[in-house]
Amino acid sequence: MAGQLDERGLENFQPSSTHRSQSLLARLTGETYLGRKAHARPYQAYLFILPGLLLYALFVLIPILNTLRYSFYDWTGFSEPVYNGLDNYTTLFNDKDFWVAIGHNFFFVIFSTILPILLGLFLTSLLSRRKLRGMVIFRTGLFIPYVMSPVVVGIIWRWMFAPAGPINQMLTTIGLEALARPWLGDFTAAPLAVGGVITWVQYGLCMVLFISGAQSINEELYDTAIVFGANGWQQFRYVTLPGLRQHILVAFVITFISAMRLFDLIFVLTNLGGPGKQTLVTSIFLYTETFRKNNAGYGSAIAVVLTAIILVVSAIVTRLQARTEAEEQL
Amino acid sequence: MTRQPQTTMTYILLVLFTLVAVMPFIGIFLLAFKDSSELVNGPFALPQVWHVENFVEAWEGARFGEYFTNSVIVVIPAVGIAVVLALMSGYAFGTMRFRGEQFLLLLILLGLMVPFEAVIIPVWQLMGVLKMRDTYWALILPQVALSFAFGTFWMRAHFKGLPEDLIDAAVVDGCGSWGVLWRIMLPLSTPALLSLIVLLFMWTWNEFLLVLVLASGERWTLPVGLALLRGRYATNITVMAAGAIMMSLPVIIIYVVFQRHFIRGLVSGALKA
Repeated sequence: MAGQLDERGLENFQPSSTHRSQSLLARLTGETYLGRKAHARPYQAYLFILPGLLLYALFVLIPILNTLRYSFYDWTGFSEPVYNGLDNYTTLFNDKDFWVAIGHNFFFVIFSTILPILLGLFLTSLLSRRKLRGMVIFRTGLFIPYVMSPVVVGIIWRWMFAPAGPINQMLTTIGLEALARPWLGDFTAAPLAVGGVITWVQYGLCMVLFISGAQSINEELYDTAIVFGANGWQQFRYVTLPGLRQHILVAFVITFISAMRLFDLIFVLTNLGGPGKQTLVTSIFLYTETFRKNNAGYGSAIAVVLTAIILVVSAIVTRLQARTEAEEQL
Repeated sequence: MTRQPQTTMTYILLVLFTLVAVMPFIGIFLLAFKDSSELVNGPFALPQVWHVENFVEAWEGARFGEYFTNSVIVVIPAVGIAVVLALMSGYAFGTMRFRGEQFLLLLILLGLMVPFEAVIIPVWQLMGVLKMRDTYWALILPQVALSFAFGTFWMRAHFKGLPEDLIDAAVVDGCGSWGVLWRIMLPLSTPALLSLIVLLFMWTWNEFLLVLVLASGERWTLPVGLALLRGRYATNITVMAAGAIMMSLPVIIIYVVFQRHFIRGLVSGALKA
């Protein structure tokens, strides 16, 4: 069924179009590698790339290698680095705080990735095929949380969740004062409150992505489905959902990576992961170890593990994406 | 025909979800104009008097004026330099063939995927060695380097989409590749460039970790200034709200004006975000 999908269904939001090339790069970027005419002398290309590449090498490439290198050193950040083999990693994998932090990142994936994608799909499943009016207004509004700095989001919700803040005021007004609590200071409530904020940030993105995706699915597919007697749910299941596979993968990558990278929001919302370590996440752990406790070598090891997780997941999803695209070519 | 109730349902839900997304922001906006004695009146009650004092207090007392200036001083060159460098390299990758092209592009792809966390410790150390910690350049250059990766891919995809005949015609007319870029390609690239500028502006304006690590009080930009608000303002929520509004306003205005570019870029720039 998916194979029959018209690629027009994807045109709006795809960074790339077709996918026939075999080169590694083309697979990673999902682009066709077309031959191009050489209109410039070969060395000119290097001149165009060089200035940017120099900065990039100095502040990205070499630092990446250095992070890897320092992760094998005992280094305060001020001292002379001393090689200590895998010590940082052995310590790290035996460090309770590390597992707590990384566990929270994955806990927040529920709120960052799973809930927003389900909400987005739910809304899309109700969607009739007729073009929705006023989508521009909805889109503008739905994206607001995503556009704002996580610091501002943190300030807003610290106020909302304050003991005498709006959330508790509202609960009291509707007679649920039993539920009122100092949300961000409460050991059991804090992770859920933070999770709620994360969902609030991400759901608009998923909704906008899926709705525009669904609206660009070829109408004929629905007509065919109706001829074969498909009801609303079946149309969603067999036409909309396969048509949205690419969009779901994109949403997955964006929201998953932001769950892994949570930093500013937690920094502001729960003051570096409190109460206790109830909302501690890996980037906060990296920051405190490196810059507050002067364990730069150890911090580098944390950075390596965090980066590895992000790269592996991006690579897996990119492969899935490539496979989906390849299937749709059939 | 049976779809009518469903459409209504969709609208109701869309309105609901949009309200939930926007209301907290409206709440903090109103809060920024209130007196602290009005906090008990509920978050969406209008201010009894619209107090502009909070903004004055934030701008002067809580030093948001300085942070705002720092943000502008960092963001304009950081975005400007990144856009020019990305325009040039994207042009080379998108229209020329050369040895090592694939390898170089793979190297740059890496920068598209790694987070700032992967480089922050060595960058902090390097800035120490260069005696550049706590300078504007320390906040600008690493940002340019990371934006360069995204920008290169963004402009490359754009240039690959332009017809080759254009270049050929220009070359026949005696344009060098530099001339082709500035005279032929640039005018055709306004939408792509605009998207890029808007996205890089948002990312740079909101960047937190880099500034937190590399700058102390004097050089703080708005996000760090707001997060680390100290002294008597740390508990003054109305002044904080005013600060949050001052910081968000430029991004929100640009977002609303350039909406289409924004969303297109955000979504296709998926991996970066």
